[in-house]
Amino acid sequence: MVEPVKSIVTPIRLEYDYTPGRATSRFLRGIAQHRILGQECPSCLKVYVPARGSCPRCAVPTEREVDVQDSGTVVTFSIVRVPSENIHFELPYACASILLDGAGIPFFHVLQGLAPEEVRMGMRVKARWVPTEKLGPTIASIECFVPSGEPDAALETYGEHT
Amino acid sequence: MRDVAVLSFAQSTAARETERNEVEILMPVVREVIAASGLERSRIEFTCSGSSDFLQGQPFAFVMALDAVGAWPPIRESHVEQDGAWALYEAWVKIQTGEVDSALVYGFGKSAAGNLGDILAMTLDPYCVTPLWPHADSIAALQARAWIESGKGSERSLAEIAARNRAAARSNPHAIVSGTETVDELLSRPYVASPLRAHDCPANGDGASAIVLAAGDLARSVSKRPAWIRGIDHRVDPAALGVRDLTRCRSAELAAQKAGVARDKIDIAEIYAPYSHEEAILREALGVPDTASVNPSGGALCAHVMMSCGLQRIGEVARRILSGEADRGVAHAAHGPALQQNLVCVLEGD
Amino acid sequence: MAENEETEQSLHATHVLEYPFRRSLGPILEKFFTGLAERRFIGSRADDGRVLVPPAEFDPVTAARLGEDRLIEVGPAGIVTTWTWVGKPTAKHPLDRPFAWALILLDGADAPFLHAVDAGGESAMRTGLRVQPRWVEVPQGSIRDVCWFEKED
Repeated sequence: MVEPVKSIVTPIRLEYDYTPGRATSRFLRGIAQHRILGQECPSCLKVYVPARGSCPRCAVPTEREVDVQDSGTVVTFSIVRVPSENIHFELPYACASILLDGAGIPFFHVLQGLAPEEVRMGMRVKARWVPTEKLGPTIASIECFVPSGEPDAALETYGEHT
Repeated sequence: MRDVAVLSFAQSTAARETERNEVEILMPVVREVIAASGLERSRIEFTCSGSSDFLQGQPFAFVMALDAVGAWPPIRESHVEQDGAWALYEAWVKIQTGEVDSALVYGFGKSAAGNLGDILAMTLDPYCVTPLWPHADSIAALQARAWIESGKGSERSLAEIAARNRAAARSNPHAIVSGTETVDELLSRPYVASPLRAHDCPANGDGASAIVLAAGDLARSVSKRPAWIRGIDHRVDPAALGVRDLTRCRSAELAAQKAGVARDKIDIAEIYAPYSHEEAILREALGVPDTASVNPSGGALCAHVMMSCGLQRIGEVARRILSGEADRGVAHAAHGPALQQNLVCVLEGD
Repeated sequence: MAENEETEQSLHATHVLEYPFRRSLGPILEKFFTGLAERRFIGSRADDGRVLVPPAEFDPVTAARLGEDRLIEVGPAGIVTTWTWVGKPTAKHPLDRPFAWALILLDGADAPFLHAVDAGGESAMRTGLRVQPRWVEVPQGSIRDVCWFEKED
């Protein structure tokens, strides 16, 4: 007699050749050149970053490319206290939704260079890029965002996105 | 029952979409189908899509696909992890409830990004079958041999079906493969999974399709000749291959009976049969008469976009009714190993 | 329109999804998998009298619950009821050389189930072939405790 088998392990492994598509490829190539590229909706003029090739509100293709600044305003944030093997930041740290200057929607990234309890809505932040020789077509080319030292932005400038 | 009609159909298929993401594939199809429907985008009251996130390996990819539709101001929307044909069924039910009078339905799939054989193996029994990782072609081949050895057909019958579909696909700009080979030429080719050869297996590809539906008066107000859905039903067989008679398809028989296929003549049948023998089994199950034109598009053998192919069958029948080329037709969609789940839709012109 | 629209191709990256699923078995499949760990096949008798392998938790026709009293040992040998040939096995397959997939009807059962057959060559495969299981050295309760089936001695 053997021990009753109560459960089985059935591992799944699937491999993909993933493409982010044309618009996001251009965004990622921009990142490799130290640029943050958005795309403007021809109908509502909102600037999407990263662009996915369309305006989800108007359902029209976005084609006109615009440079967005690598500085912006914290729209909302969360303090991460749970470890994960994919994360190399020291706990606890803040992740934030950041409205880049010139963008029409907020952008997700990690904040460093301050204590988590100092993070607040309206805080002005700036991208910290990896050294030029390490720039590549990946969002990881921006290491994190850090406080810029500017005065906090007024709620009216980002309130639409909260 | 409320009268519901197909107003328009649009599709995009390619052997492999290496450049565009799902939204970039879908958006032109959605714009085309809405423009052809005669309805403004703002008049469409419900949106329902069919797709499988496993195909592109991106959880909740179907939510991102909504970028193609314009979900602002917030829209009424639903999704099925199935072919778009089942999304059409849900939209038809939604219109039946009286809550809405119109719907946009779409299905999309980008299977070339992953290993479709492995992904379809995950639709099998996860305890006893998936851990063996049989390819979908192999599962179909088990059914094909059972069908041949029951005396219902031969490898030659498979080649005849493939040859007819490949010839028909020559006039379909959305077909991925087509050909003019003779039956003997096809029979001289090697097996992929005996008794199936490459032409007996689907030309898998990437793409999307979309349909706009509208209820009675609204449909009549924008279309001179809508393609009315006169019957629609879907049924499922047990998943285990061993408990079914693989030489027939009982769930398709029942769905065809409930959808009323036999109530009148059939001019055209578009059958979701990615494997040659499936067309023969389904033709019998659906009760398609010999006089009908079967798969004039070249069918799933010549263009198989997972999650869109079934909706394309409905679209291929509907567009021939919309154009006046046919008066009454049957469209069929399938899911699951060896034709486990089947949807049948009967369409008619006025 | 962005520059290089026509010449610049989209980026591509390899993306891997892995799911280390552990699945609980319940009272019926537990008997089937425990049986495999003992080099035995367990089926169940359905309402219409058919013996199903693997055992069903619910009757495929009536949907009635099939209890542990329906369990019955079958096999271990059986016959091929339909088959196909795999000329190029993948790394996930049970054999690294060409083999057959077959539906195998074990002695005493009425519904066949899928497994591999090591036939040596496609010409040796046929419907009706009698086959027996080749077990792994230390079965642990998995469908892959059966390496494959092979021609009966």
